[in-house]
Amino acid sequence: MREAARPLSVRSFRQSGVSARLAVGGVLLGGLVLLTSLISLSLGPVDIPVEHVAAIVLSFVGLDVAEVGRTEQLVIEQIRLPRILVGAFVGMALAVAGATMQGLFRNPMADPGIIGVSAGGALGAVISIATGLTGLFFLALPSFAFVGAVAATFLVYGIAAVGGHFSMATLLLAGVAVNAFLGAVISAIIILLPDNEALREILFWLAGGLDSRAWEHVHISAPLIVGATVVILLRARDLNLLMLGDDEAQALGVRVGVTRVVLLAAAALATGAAVAVSGTIAFVGLVTPHILRLVLGPDHRVLIPLSAIAGAVFVVAADTFARTIIQPAEFRVGVLTAFVGAPFFVLLLIRNKRQAHAL
Amino acid sequence: MQTERAASIRADELGFRVEAKALLERVRLHADQGQLVGLIGPNGAGKSTLLRAIAGVLRPQEGAVWLEGEALDSMPAKEVAARMALVPQVAPATHGFTARELVLMGRYPHLGRFEIEGAADEAIAREAMELTETEAFAERTLDTLSGGERQRVFVSRALAQQPRVLLLDEPTANLDVLHKLRVLDLVRRLVDEGLTAVAAIHDLGMAARYCDRLVLLSGGRVLAEGTPEGVLVPDIIESAFGVKSAVYRDPATGSLAISLIEPADNGRAYAPPVSVNGRNGHGADRHVPGEPVETRRRSG
Repeated sequence: MREAARPLSVRSFRQSGVSARLAVGGVLLGGLVLLTSLISLSLGPVDIPVEHVAAIVLSFVGLDVAEVGRTEQLVIEQIRLPRILVGAFVGMALAVAGATMQGLFRNPMADPGIIGVSAGGALGAVISIATGLTGLFFLALPSFAFVGAVAATFLVYGIAAVGGHFSMATLLLAGVAVNAFLGAVISAIIILLPDNEALREILFWLAGGLDSRAWEHVHISAPLIVGATVVILLRARDLNLLMLGDDEAQALGVRVGVTRVVLLAAAALATGAAVAVSGTIAFVGLVTPHILRLVLGPDHRVLIPLSAIAGAVFVVAADTFARTIIQPAEFRVGVLTAFVGAPFFVLLLIRNKRQAHAL
Repeated sequence: MQTERAASIRADELGFRVEAKALLERVRLHADQGQLVGLIGPNGAGKSTLLRAIAGVLRPQEGAVWLEGEALDSMPAKEVAARMALVPQVAPATHGFTARELVLMGRYPHLGRFEIEGAADEAIAREAMELTETEAFAERTLDTLSGGERQRVFVSRALAQQPRVLLLDEPTANLDVLHKLRVLDLVRRLVDEGLTAVAAIHDLGMAARYCDRLVLLSGGRVLAEGTPEGVLVPDIIESAFGVKSAVYRDPATGSLAISLIEPADNGRAYAPPVSVNGRNGHGADRHVPGEPVETRRRSG
């Protein structure tokens, strides 16, 4: 009986109402994101005690609780806080876009990369580095990456909608083809590039990371990511119905065509904004909603908002590890998420398969 | 005969083709309030296509559908869903939703964009599940249910929509005999209370027993339409289904019963019907059974 108690409590949580799951999940994950951020703010080459971190953060909102050193204040204000915020927004964007894609494709294996958005962003970034534009103005790389990401998505969508009849299966296959093609173009550029410095920069960027992210990066990515998330949240219920099939959704009152385009575009914008400031960070979009779905069930009204918070926790925590484990050098967060995410995902797959057989 | 108020559902001269193939041709159908209209016909006759067109899920190239006197394609999808529900033939994959969650989806057309199902919606869903006896597995995910149980959950969801028009595509196809009767009894009772229903029903006896009127489709056209007694006569059954039958009144139930005796061409060589436009080179004529089939070799 004692053994049955734990799964039972998870199950009754799964069975509770939408608002109950949102409230409990929101409080738990919200607490976790704050805790992770505080720890992350205090860790680094300059160790800052958590009390000081708290005092500095509180001083931003006008509460002076303690005297803190000027250096500590600057480190937090100018280096660690913007980096954590970029990480949080990137994680939010990837997880929300992942949950949306998994719903739209009716496939838990889908992620934002599937419709070419990551490869498009990568190509845009690679072009801006290879042509030397990045040295000319700060916004070159993020705007190239963003345009590449969104253009690739529209290309893939255009292929799937050719002839006026949209097909989800074609979208998936077109995504595979466009991803392969863009990957080949990136490889070609890398091979043909004479400049070793640019080459290093490209490889660095392709691995995905948050080093030296500053307030500008928060400012250019956050509004797009938050906006896209809100758009998706407003359609979360429609996404539940779309998961059952187009006919079903239509018969239950969803304007299928419009809804699908809006959701795809919002997911592409969010991912594009994330890729523009952090490069390609793997597995966050795939793993985060997948794990949450096991505990919360598939209802997107719960899944989308909580994926947003959980994605933020995932990336901020991974980045904190990445920048502290081999100090003073830094590991890339994109490499770390794949290192942790991929085996974890395989474990999950094996466990699920066992459970399915046990039923 | 013209009724005084508009029919609950009316389909006018519907035409739907995919490439050159006509799936529906000038199909007319109407159902008045408080009527159960049965759609019968052989496989591929267009029953599902017609139901999907009436539901607004599929847009026919010709003709129009009228829901309570309003043109369906000028109505917002949500407004349609608040008045009319569809029980699909093949229950789609359900991705981990529980039976209760799926039934609650029937409340979506009645909720505002920011609204979450409240106690009233929960009560409606619970009642709908009691009607189909599915409340026992309310918390189980749909992929753990049998085909028949899942089908009853989808009926519950349609009921939770509180529609005035209910469309059912083979609602009893996967059900055991007991639940077949229970589901059709339920639909009949709701229709007697004022619901309008159009149901594709495979079983001719069941269709005769429960429906007020039948529409017989064959090859995308309406072959016959009227009361079960008027439609289910051996000649019509033979021309639609290619089966010889006997129709009589069942002494146990008092309704029509159809005994299917044998394929109409039994004992003769099987000849696949030749396509009408003669694309295979044999001309438009039907191959006459019994005639030598050697003609095929000559052209080769």
